[in-house]
Amino acid sequence: MERKQTAAFQGTDQQEKELLAAIEELKIEKGCLMPIMQRAQDIYGYLPMEVQKIIADRLGIPMEKVYGVATFYSQFNLYPKGKYQISVCLGTACYVKGSGDIYNKLMEKLGIKGGECTADGKFSLDACRCVGACGLAPVMMINDEVYGRLTVDELDGILEKYQ
Amino acid sequence: MEMINVTINGTQVSAPAGSTILEAARLANIEIPTLCYLKEINEIGACRICVVEVKGAKSLVTSCVYPISEGMEIWTNTPKVLASRKKTLQLILSDHDRKCLSCVRSGNCELQKLCHDYKVDDETLYDGARNTYALDESAAHMVRDNNKCILCRRCTAVCEKVQGIGVIGANERGFSTYIGSAFAMGLGETSCVSCGQCIAVCPTGAIYEKDYTSQIFDALADPEKYVIVQTAPAVRAALGEAFGLPIGTDVEGKLAAALRRLGFDKVFDTNFSADLTIMEEANEFVERVQNGGVLPMITSCSPGWVKYCEHYFPDMTENLSSCKSPQQMFGAIAKSYYAEKMGIDKEKLVVVSVMPCTAKKFEVGRPDEDANGVPDVDIAITTRELSRMIERAGIQFTQLPDEEFDAPLGLGTGAAVIFGATGGVMEAALRTAVETLTGEELASLDFTDVRGMEGIKEASYEVAGLNVKVAVASGLGNARELLTKVKNGEAQYHFIEIMGCPGGCINGGGQPQQPGSVRNFTDIRGKRAAVLYNIDKNNPIRKSHENPAIKELYETYLGKPGSHRAHELLHTTYVKRQIHEI
Repeated sequence: MERKQTAAFQGTDQQEKELLAAIEELKIEKGCLMPIMQRAQDIYGYLPMEVQKIIADRLGIPMEKVYGVATFYSQFNLYPKGKYQISVCLGTACYVKGSGDIYNKLMEKLGIKGGECTADGKFSLDACRCVGACGLAPVMMINDEVYGRLTVDELDGILEKYQ
Repeated sequence: MEMINVTINGTQVSAPAGSTILEAARLANIEIPTLCYLKEINEIGACRICVVEVKGAKSLVTSCVYPISEGMEIWTNTPKVLASRKKTLQLILSDHDRKCLSCVRSGNCELQKLCHDYKVDDETLYDGARNTYALDESAAHMVRDNNKCILCRRCTAVCEKVQGIGVIGANERGFSTYIGSAFAMGLGETSCVSCGQCIAVCPTGAIYEKDYTSQIFDALADPEKYVIVQTAPAVRAALGEAFGLPIGTDVEGKLAAALRRLGFDKVFDTNFSADLTIMEEANEFVERVQNGGVLPMITSCSPGWVKYCEHYFPDMTENLSSCKSPQQMFGAIAKSYYAEKMGIDKEKLVVVSVMPCTAKKFEVGRPDEDANGVPDVDIAITTRELSRMIERAGIQFTQLPDEEFDAPLGLGTGAAVIFGATGGVMEAALRTAVETLTGEELASLDFTDVRGMEGIKEASYEVAGLNVKVAVASGLGNARELLTKVKNGEAQYHFIEIMGCPGGCINGGGQPQQPGSVRNFTDIRGKRAAVLYNIDKNNPIRKSHENPAIKELYETYLGKPGSHRAHELLHTTYVKRQIHEI
């Protein structure tokens, strides 16, 4: 229930125009809320309050209704992804090799929790399940780059590369 | 009507087609427990307390939503059924903050009663992971404690479907599911209107009003303070329920007696200021009609409705009567006219109001509700809070004699007391407005077209050559429907009464809670409203403009309705708000 850290909303007029067009196109259908939310996420990458408000106001429904759906389905993101998306594998093999410590250390270093994004929009952090590189456990990915056989002490050096 | 024959627990029962098992059982005086079910509001079959066995069915079925069919054989209390209900309760308790001793609902909690009835002897049986939530105390009127929420969704259903607001809903999924507002906003940051209907339907202690009873006991014990109390019309129609009296018992006399024994220096009645409201509002209406003012004029007694109008129809706030509500008018007069008359320092005067309403707690803190430089009203409590004060003080409510309210601010007419039921303000206003406009005495004072529990009512009356069209709505979903028609030009009225709660104040969010088992099968609103119409019928004075205390107030202090002084004390202003203020 607590509020998460996130980067400021930076939607453009063009994005809003696209969203409004999508709402107009889809709103005649019964059960249009999820398709509209999917389109909105395609446009913005995630569903922040500003976007959910537009959807709610245009459909004449409470924003809580949109939010309830957005938090029920894991396909919807409430928070933007950073320029550098960090995913730490918490699958069984990585976990027994200490990826939990890596994940905790990253939260501490970045000052955000899993699912959040730093205020400058640079890093987002998520946990994931098995990236298919169990032989390299523990593993994390930053965008498409894979880092294996990680130790907590290496994290500073890795993060520096992305400053 | 087509009837369907079933057997329930071996007894033949005939029930109308379309009935659920729950309804058919009720006809045979067999009670099936419910938790999530609220008739016509929350029919989701989610909590699984109402399960029964049906011959041929693969598993237990939820009787609240399962329709009967010809020849159906039903058992409502087999060992399998009882064991299932008990397990459901134990699982609910496994993620429930079991602080029953200090819980505001202890004694009238629906979960507690079921645990007792189904002999849940080990509440720790399934102890394991537990959700913990911070209290949401951001709203002016209430607290949400999700640690005691059982996710029945009665509150979210009433908020969305009855009131048309929907600022609360179920968020997240599975074990993480909780009831809250979008983006973890506190309720006070949303367009919640403080109506308290969610509190009225909550089966547990997960939602409750902010309790000010201790502050009142402190004020009563303070020799420096002069503490007076006013009590709204609808309180007398429901307070008895908190002491085991039947729904629809008139406890006006005992109410006055109880307040006196609690130690209030004067026991007054909001009926007095309801009459005053009629004087000002009828005058404002006549002025608007004669001077081309904004029409339709809409009543402003219900603070839940006023806040709703500000959020959802901000372009119609000019239609709201500028009159303060009776609660606020009472405070403004108490701290001016009455204080001056009695030689009491307004700073030492504490005005307490007992209301069937939780939005009144919001209203006392609104801007422009402090005519004398001090708040018009200091503390607003609900009918429920008063019942707790009476219990705490050891007053045997049902044994009290009937007493009268004090003069002069305790004198009210029959027109005032019906304010508590939907249509009552309209009827009271018509009694005064018609006689004012025609200068003739009405043959009958009963405007029955605007009475009754329908959500939207319409009528028109010939008054001094003018065809006056009026409408009455109660419940904010109905208000929205009516106002949308007005906005679109589909309907035209001169005068509209709107009350935030369905049925009006008698069904306010601050009234004693009735469990689902009673709500679903009893016309609570009708029974409570009948109390008020009966008091009106038996009152020798039934028109606000004939209240002698009101006449004296105008003659000696205010001058005429709508005078400069009346405007300073008795009228207010509104705020334009948005639905989503982000």
